[in-house]
Amino acid sequence: MLTLDINGKKFETDAEPDTPLLWVLRDHLGMTGSKYGCGKALCGACTVHVDGAATRSCVLPVSAAATMKITTIEAVGNSVVGRAVQDAWIAENVPQCGYCQSGQVMSATALLTTNKKPTDADIDAAMSGNICRCATYVRIRSAIKRAASALA
Amino acid sequence: MSRAEDQALNHASRRDVLKAAAALTVAFWLPRGAGATRPEAAGAAGSALEPNAFVRIGADDTVTVFAKHLEMGQGVYTGLATIVAEELDADWKNVRVEGAPADAKRYNNLAFGPMQGTGGSSSISNSYEQLRKAGATARALLVTAAAQRWNVPAADVTVTSGIVEHKSSGKRAHFGELVADAAKLPVPADIKLKDPATFKLIGKDAARVDSRDKSNGTAIFTQDIHLPGMLTAAVIHAPLYGAKVKGFDAAKAKAIKGVKSVVAFETPVRSGVAVLAADFWTAKKAAELVTVDWDDSAAFKRSSAELFAEYRELAKQPGASAKQVGDVTKAFGSAARTIEATYEFPFLAHASMEPLNCVVRVGAQDCEVWNGEQFQTVDQAAIAKLLGLQPASVKLNQLYAGGSFGRRANPQSDYLLEAAAIAKAAGVSEPVKMVWTREVDMRAGFYRPMYVHTLKAGLDQEGKLVAWQHRIVGQSILAGTAFGGSGIDNSSVEGASTLPYEIPNLSVELHTTKLAVPVQWWRSVGSTHTAFSTECFIDEIARATKQDPYAVRRALLSDKHRRHQAVLELVATKSGWTQPRAKDEVWGLALHESFNSVVGQVAQLRRTADGFKLERVICAVDCGLAVNPNIVAMQMESGIGYGLAAALSGAITLKDGAIEQSNFDDYSVLRMNQMPAIDVHILPSTNKPTGVGEPGTPVIAPALANALAAASGKSIRTLPLAGQGVTLV
Repeated sequence: MLTLDINGKKFETDAEPDTPLLWVLRDHLGMTGSKYGCGKALCGACTVHVDGAATRSCVLPVSAAATMKITTIEAVGNSVVGRAVQDAWIAENVPQCGYCQSGQVMSATALLTTNKKPTDADIDAAMSGNICRCATYVRIRSAIKRAASALA
Repeated sequence: MSRAEDQALNHASRRDVLKAAAALTVAFWLPRGAGATRPEAAGAAGSALEPNAFVRIGADDTVTVFAKHLEMGQGVYTGLATIVAEELDADWKNVRVEGAPADAKRYNNLAFGPMQGTGGSSSISNSYEQLRKAGATARALLVTAAAQRWNVPAADVTVTSGIVEHKSSGKRAHFGELVADAAKLPVPADIKLKDPATFKLIGKDAARVDSRDKSNGTAIFTQDIHLPGMLTAAVIHAPLYGAKVKGFDAAKAKAIKGVKSVVAFETPVRSGVAVLAADFWTAKKAAELVTVDWDDSAAFKRSSAELFAEYRELAKQPGASAKQVGDVTKAFGSAARTIEATYEFPFLAHASMEPLNCVVRVGAQDCEVWNGEQFQTVDQAAIAKLLGLQPASVKLNQLYAGGSFGRRANPQSDYLLEAAAIAKAAGVSEPVKMVWTREVDMRAGFYRPMYVHTLKAGLDQEGKLVAWQHRIVGQSILAGTAFGGSGIDNSSVEGASTLPYEIPNLSVELHTTKLAVPVQWWRSVGSTHTAFSTECFIDEIARATKQDPYAVRRALLSDKHRRHQAVLELVATKSGWTQPRAKDEVWGLALHESFNSVVGQVAQLRRTADGFKLERVICAVDCGLAVNPNIVAMQMESGIGYGLAAALSGAITLKDGAIEQSNFDDYSVLRMNQMPAIDVHILPSTNKPTGVGEPGTPVIAPALANALAAASGKSIRTLPLAGQGVTLV
């Protein structure tokens, strides 16, 4: 039995230790906001925060996450930065199919938490690990800048 | 907080998820009011006004629009609701959208005939009049109910943003206060629609109805469905198309805790083995331990290189005539000069972000499916046939789709049948969620076909284009499906056979090949390749005759193609095409019509020390009336990004029959750092809306290739660009 610290609450899981955190969140704990897209940390749809850092939960064994503070899309809106990012996402009408957007919001929130005024190059560097097949990238860029202004 | 409390919370959240999923189900089971059985009545008595299949107004003022089309990212829930809300004069804040149930009688796509489905960029265009009437009917009933209650003439009653009002007496009511009375009234047969000049929502940028749920993780996709007792199935597909399961050893897999069963399955499309377990990771891990003995005696074992060689040879021979104007042979005989080029296109995967999946519960007398449904009528019939049921006994619960780009509208219902076949083979009455891994999804076929095109142009002494011969070699998407006929598959030649340029002698020919690789429509279908070959070839002619690419096109567009003329002029003006450019700037132009919309794009590249940078795309579109201009812009941006991904690096290749790609590391797609800025300009129009979801896609590849060719003088005739010595930074 592993104990996890997710969104400020303690959860126990009997998942096998090698189970990626993503599948513990989705199938064991019923938090389906984080998505499966590739299983190899190639697309970023599964991005969560582990001790504040954007992390691909599809390749993180749950056993390795047990001692860390995990934040998921379900609770990222409780932080000032996360809320600003979500508000900017809505204002810019970013999501199309929406499947990748939990991961995009998590990566953008991690970026703005450490970098209050990201340049285009900073945005490229922080966001290029998150694939969007609807190619909402133009609006993601605008939304990150909008959120940065709102937080300034 | 104690551990016990933590656990309780944990369980509560799980229960809430289950409850949410159940509520979702219930929503689809709600009877559509008495209107369905008593057509003269305006809805269920008392609680709601539901005068037709598309709108329900609740006592709480909520306006629910039932969307007959799948929301897969294209913004159709918002667009459909905008049309209803406009004629209803609803308050946009009170409008919500629900996926309609499967019912071809009420919810058929008017562009498809007696069939419910989404595709061909037809959702808004086929629904426009239908939903205007649906909204106007509901409005008329509310007005009549108010007029009767207040004893005033209906003509003096106005409706503004969800408020019904009689101005001179000061009487007013919210929609919700009137629905009980309105529901008792007869539905008017004739209904007057608004003068478009008075539109308040159509033509404006109503906010998307799905933005919030898709920004906070609460939007529910098939992947997110949890049902009581549900099992998850991981699958093993044959490594070659046409191979079949001979036998398998599942001893190791069955020893894994949580594995329920391991079964072989067969559908008309493919053969495989599935592992059913309590959760996905257990099922996937166990599936890796299954060894399958495949019978590949009848399997497809050829390679891309050899297929391309065969296609090139075929392209040297005349094909079946798809279009003929004048006398091409004679015209080439007297031409002063000819230009020839061969273009090649690989297979392409759709690679939506949500790998294909499907939840199915197979009962003794019925079947229930949870899916982002794009082809309701086809899927219902296919599943019913597999299970020996009546189509009406197959209930489809509509969910958001994490992309599709055509893939979910599978004429053979491949992934739905697979889920049903697995549940049937396992003999379980519990719901089964079949989840494909990215690797399974990438290799499952139903690709955009590979093609070879040859083009030949004849020019007279003055350099005027007098002859055009276009040969296309490739598989038919429609052959062998319910949509296919004999002869030319129009989806193989569309865009080539509809070339807008005025050329006196023109021939389009087709060689239809047969391969066991399953193929399917892929965002913009035939135009994915015909736009590239025709628009790149026009630029080859321009370079050969030292003419400007814009001037060549403009001269070839007669007044029969005024929309093309207008879009070409708009994109030229907005990009400043005729103005002098900085020396390091390289631009390319392309123009193409698909799904009744015309799109022109200018790709603006800058030469840097490290290579070319695609900085900006100027896009002009004539899509008729833009119901939501912001969503039109989104779809142009999306189409450009999707087309650009394919142009830069999209290729599915075969080696001895096996697909060489598996995931986003070897099938690269567009990322943030590769996305250009995009300016979209919509041609003002009062014509009926036309397609938007697809037409932006096919234009970017030729615009980009034309820019690169203009810079180097070397034509680009093969896609993708990767591996051709062209570096984009």
